[in-house]
Amino acid sequence: MAELIRIEKIVGRPVPLRGNDIDTDRIIPARFMKVVTFDGLGQYLFYDERFDGSGKPKGHVLDDPRFAAKGPRVAVVNKNFGCGSSREHAPQALLRWGIRALVGESFADIFFGNCMALGMPCVCASEADIAWLQQAIEEDPQQDCVVDLRSMRVEYRGRIIPVTMPEGFRRQLLEGTWDATRILLQAEDAIRQTAARLPYVRGFGAEVDS
Amino acid sequence: MGKTLLEKVWEAHTVRELPSGQTQLFIGLHLVHEVTSPQAFEMLREQGLRVLFPERTFATVDHIIPTDTRQRPYADPQAEGMMRAIERNCAEFGIRLFQASSGYQGIVHVLGPELGLTQPGMTVACGDSHTSTHGALGAVAFGIGTSQVRDVLATQCLAMQRPKVRRVVVDGCLARGVYAKDVILHIIRKLGVKGGVGYAYEYAGEVIECMSMEERMTVCNMSIEGGARLGYVNPDEKTFSYLRGREFAPKGEAFERAVRWWRSMASDPDARYDDEAHFRGEEIGPTVTWGINPGQAIAVDEAVPPPEAFPPDEREVAEEAYRYMGLRPGQPIRGMRIDVAFIGSCTNGRLSDLREAAKVARLGKVKPHVKALVVPGSESVARAAEAEGLHEIFRAAGFEWRMPGCSMCLAMNPDKLVDRQVCASSSNRNFKGRQGSPAGRTLLMSPAMVAAAAIAGEVVDVREILPA
Ligand code: SF4
Repeated sequence: MAELIRIEKIVGRPVPLRGNDIDTDRIIPARFMKVVTFDGLGQYLFYDERFDGSGKPKGHVLDDPRFAAKGPRVAVVNKNFGCGSSREHAPQALLRWGIRALVGESFADIFFGNCMALGMPCVCASEADIAWLQQAIEEDPQQDCVVDLRSMRVEYRGRIIPVTMPEGFRRQLLEGTWDATRILLQAEDAIRQTAARLPYVRGFGAEVDS
Repeated sequence: MGKTLLEKVWEAHTVRELPSGQTQLFIGLHLVHEVTSPQAFEMLREQGLRVLFPERTFATVDHIIPTDTRQRPYADPQAEGMMRAIERNCAEFGIRLFQASSGYQGIVHVLGPELGLTQPGMTVACGDSHTSTHGALGAVAFGIGTSQVRDVLATQCLAMQRPKVRRVVVDGCLARGVYAKDVILHIIRKLGVKGGVGYAYEYAGEVIECMSMEERMTVCNMSIEGGARLGYVNPDEKTFSYLRGREFAPKGEAFERAVRWWRSMASDPDARYDDEAHFRGEEIGPTVTWGINPGQAIAVDEAVPPPEAFPPDEREVAEEAYRYMGLRPGQPIRGMRIDVAFIGSCTNGRLSDLREAAKVARLGKVKPHVKALVVPGSESVARAAEAEGLHEIFRAAGFEWRMPGCSMCLAMNPDKLVDRQVCASSSNRNFKGRQGSPAGRTLLMSPAMVAAAAIAGEVVDVREILPA
């Protein structure tokens, strides 16, 4: 099984992805999901927003040369990012494009959980701070953005922004226990005991009523 | 102090509290389909893991399956590849697959309840956000991502945070021509597309109690469109009689014992809720979405709202919706010309949906400029509909009668919109590009309203067509 990977601090060039209620159909259109592996999904990230019908770029921020950097990236988003379909293909496409952390006003539940499963933190900041960040990045994208999960602060161009994330999730990232399979499997006996207690697992046999 | 169904189910399925503060939750029923599972099986192989309870997972094929032929190999090599992957994965890991033409196949959220796999008091998970549908039977059912599909396969558990519970009460009664779809579209319109984040919705009140099981499924199905990862209705006599005799439901004395347990899992009368919302059935009209998320909905006799009608943080999305949909504020939605009519999906692809649509379809003929499709939710729905002759009614009216699958709900198969076509659709999402064309436009509505729009060639009020 995979080793524990602790995620404490992400440093990378930021990219602003503006808009509320950006759904996962937009992040990765369904037609690119006819694949049996996640490899290569990065090139289809926000495909229909980036390219027209003939594949010509429409001038999306992801294709703006000012935002073309190598290495880890930090996405700065608005409200309810990742709503809609549960497709993990969405965070996988972000990850494979280079995103390692997201800073936003809020995230949809399933999307947040999917990002956690990949060790990709989603932290929340106030509307005003996100507005400042997005503008500051657009003015000068050539600096690193720091997402520090120990201090729960995001730093950009010298400004420090407090961010939040539910404590349990934060601890999983810091402790390297975000890959749930191994943790869950540690309790195999307890899993079997729980199953044996559930009346439907026992087929509603006569002992259920007693 | 009493407990909600959610609390009771949560407690019964808790394996342990995790150091992270989450719960390790046992999953009673795991459903799998071809799109979100191949990578999960691959992760099992890479990590040398097996499936812990293979008898608690069931698989079907629905998303990519063509609806005009079952001929293999499929014309689309990618679709064929995905089919081969799920066949191989299920065979290798000992999972039952409801294969096309087996008599069982269908959309994952249609077949769980109809086979009696989904039962009250269970936890249900599936790599699909509309897993909330199964809550109609009093199950705690939610969508998960592919890494979590791997977790359930390997451990039959998930690490989960317990959601809060909002009781959504709909009292009164519904007028003629108003359906479960209108109820849920109305709820989402009022509570917002992110209003339910962090919550489970418990649907209650006279309108919900009066609903059939299939109508409750329509309501629970779209919980996720309101931001709530799960929604449920407390099990009652209707639930129990729905389950009686279904293939995977308990039989004989075991069924009677099951009913006693199921009843005990319902929310107590003095349960405490984190929040409540109240609606009246009489306020709800036939509802249509005009925009690019399911909250952008109006009654069919209303006009597209102006930006000022929205809270400041929703105005930008409204402006984007006007542009994308080619609509102006103040414009009526009634009379909007449609190109395609789609009846189907896990929201509205069940027998009762087809019956309501057929009542309208028998009153006219599909306008020549409209392409109209009826796609039953499962092979069992198709059989029952054909036994009643519904397929003949649809065909006589000019609808195509297809084979079961997700079809144009998300257009991963050949059923797609073209260019800027407008589709009256009984599905659940009107996101940009959802129906297969990056510029395609979707108007969500009830199946009866879709049938009416197909016949009129434009959005109409089904109440004006239905006999009094
Ligand atoms: S019918 Fe649509 S929403 Fe339902 S499972 Fe299929 S694709 Fe998803």
